[in-house]
Amino acid sequence: MSQRIFVTGIGIISGIGNNVEETLQSLKDKKSGVAEIKYLKTNHKGVIPVSEVKLSEEELIEKAGLPKGEPYTRSTLIGIIAADEAVKNAQISDIKEYKTGLISGTTVGGMDKSELYYKDLLETTNHIEYIESHDCGDSTERIADYIGVKDFVSTTSTACSSAANSMILGARMIKNGLLYRVVAGGIESLTKYHMNGFNTLMILDREPCKPFDENRQGLNLGEGAAFLVLESEELVKKSGKKVLAELTGYGNSCEAFHQTASTPEGKGAYAAMKEALDRSGLKPADIDYINAHGTGTDNNDLSEGRAIETLFGDNIPKVSSTKSYTGHTTSAAGGVEAVISILSIQHNMIFPNLNFKEQMKELKFKPVTEIIEDVKVDHILSNSFGFGGNNSALIFSRY
Amino acid sequence: MEVYIKGIGNISPQYTEDSKVFLDDVVNHESDFLLSLEPNYKEFINPIQLRRMSKLIKMGISASKICLKDAGVENPGAIITGTGLGLVGDTEKFLNQVLDHNEELLAPTAFIQSTHNTISGQVAIALKCFKYNNTYSHRGFSFESALLDGMLLVENKDADNVLVGGFDEITKEHHSIVKKTRWVKNETIKSLELLDHKTQGTIVGESVAFFTLTGEKDENTYAKIKDIKTVYKPENNQEIEAKLDEFLAKNNLKKEEIDLVVLGLNGNIDTDDIYTHLADNYFNTNYAYFKHLSGDYHTVGSFALWFAANTIKHQKVPEVARFRKENFTEKPIRNVLVYNHFREVDHSIFLLTQ
Repeated sequence: MSQRIFVTGIGIISGIGNNVEETLQSLKDKKSGVAEIKYLKTNHKGVIPVSEVKLSEEELIEKAGLPKGEPYTRSTLIGIIAADEAVKNAQISDIKEYKTGLISGTTVGGMDKSELYYKDLLETTNHIEYIESHDCGDSTERIADYIGVKDFVSTTSTACSSAANSMILGARMIKNGLLYRVVAGGIESLTKYHMNGFNTLMILDREPCKPFDENRQGLNLGEGAAFLVLESEELVKKSGKKVLAELTGYGNSCEAFHQTASTPEGKGAYAAMKEALDRSGLKPADIDYINAHGTGTDNNDLSEGRAIETLFGDNIPKVSSTKSYTGHTTSAAGGVEAVISILSIQHNMIFPNLNFKEQMKELKFKPVTEIIEDVKVDHILSNSFGFGGNNSALIFSRY
Repeated sequence: MEVYIKGIGNISPQYTEDSKVFLDDVVNHESDFLLSLEPNYKEFINPIQLRRMSKLIKMGISASKICLKDAGVENPGAIITGTGLGLVGDTEKFLNQVLDHNEELLAPTAFIQSTHNTISGQVAIALKCFKYNNTYSHRGFSFESALLDGMLLVENKDADNVLVGGFDEITKEHHSIVKKTRWVKNETIKSLELLDHKTQGTIVGESVAFFTLTGEKDENTYAKIKDIKTVYKPENNQEIEAKLDEFLAKNNLKKEEIDLVVLGLNGNIDTDDIYTHLADNYFNTNYAYFKHLSGDYHTVGSFALWFAANTIKHQKVPEVARFRKENFTEKPIRNVLVYNHFREVDHSIFLLTQ
């Protein structure tokens, strides 16, 4: 039970790049993925900006080397690309050599195709293959088959904290000796379904989002997929492979307040961060940087900001929300931000909170607004909070 | 693992609400799909809140309260759910609105209630439980993942009195779609005659079942969950037998020591082979089946766990659920193994002991 958990591989695709290298370049160039809708078929095109993966489905199929005409959803395609990159990045040549699992997070599952063909599914027998790609498990199983994982597959579905919860279960399964390695993360493609859902809640900014800004107007949705390869201490010792970071802490708690809102004081956010810190054995002062959930909504940034102030008191670490780059990739967000956090550790850099102008009146701190280089980043706290009050926090540390 | 079931709340197509009885009366459904026998919700939820809730939320909150009462627990140490398709009714409602109203003038309620973690979130709100909370949605591993997560929490002493649930619902609209696949029978049958219809597909059902898991055995304990295992896409029957060998060996049991095997037979002639194979060639004991009582759905494993735990608690296998009745022999029920698969892809094994 005392096994440490190491990150040995990362893979990502989002609005700011189709792989880790492109993602890093966009982060360094302060290049956001938020733009006018190009690929999603919706009437909100031209009105609501989003951060889309900059490839069509045909291009994604080609990139993944998959046969055409199979019922792959967009989520599955980006999931395959990111998971495959993570596995290759971890230099795994034979995935079946050691007990390996895949735990992926998604909330809308195959909705991007269901919503396209739903009336056909009801009225005809056309596109019936897509009824079997509708559920959340379909994408995970297709990703597992692509990368060759067989020992364990599962899917978390806790809205915007799904990917973080995948990593937490993965870490616990390794610690309990059930698996040696876990490919863990999350995926989400944009759909008309959840874009309209968020729109009815009136939390979508019509401009690029401004997390932690006094005049923030809401979030930008994004799409993406990101996975980490987590390995046991024993396996890493045996292979001697390069460790990118250590997952030293994790916390999960429930706000139990409202289906779509957090308490103003951020009770749930505080509890998740506190648990992650306690588990890691670190003190608040050890945290160098917080990659915040920071969606840009009134509610989140206030409650998260207050929770950070409660936990860290007068010594608030550097904070930024990289959702200003990637948009809010919902179920994938915990994975996307874990990858960005690991890039921070690897390159001794902190990536800024774009579009920030004015400090929030309720908070004592301002987010990081410029790239900081050659900075000590040994311990990063990464937050993911979801609908339903599902709050999770992860701590990544330099190894 | 030292994990015990100390309370159950099961709302299903059978009379499963009352833990004192175990299938004394059985409902023989004759309809396209099996709907749950809904309780008197007013016993569990105040009328003002009740009006705003969709069916699964009402069932979820009620089942969780039945479960905790049964366990004698006020507030659980964690809430974990599994669901294959989540809140189907709310999802359909919002999706139809989006499509029919051209993405304009939509109401948020159905959307808010349609994420898969709605039940774990709403139960947490109803119980004011701020602790660990998670939801899994992975076909035939949805409930199994939740159960594994809960067992690890108890085993690692991260939490006790962990509430683990499985839920799925079937609607007329969704049934009209899945009926077009090879997984659902075209003909309407009497549910108790499920195995007599040697045709393709099964009958769809639904349920919400919660379990309170604890590390401490007491007088309330139904059974100990000794171990669970998921097997993804086994190639053939030999691989399944090998996994069972490995599983039993890990738990220091010989197959002769299994007193009852609960099989997930669902009446689909395309996919029931593995169950008859295990009964004919692998085990040599008593058998039971249950999908003629519940129907089949992604989280039917939660109904199977309710069934298996009750065979131990009540020391009986109800006549209606016996498979291979002619060979059934009365004996004490100490070790029960559940074998179920979802569409031959997601296979799961539960091992319960007295």
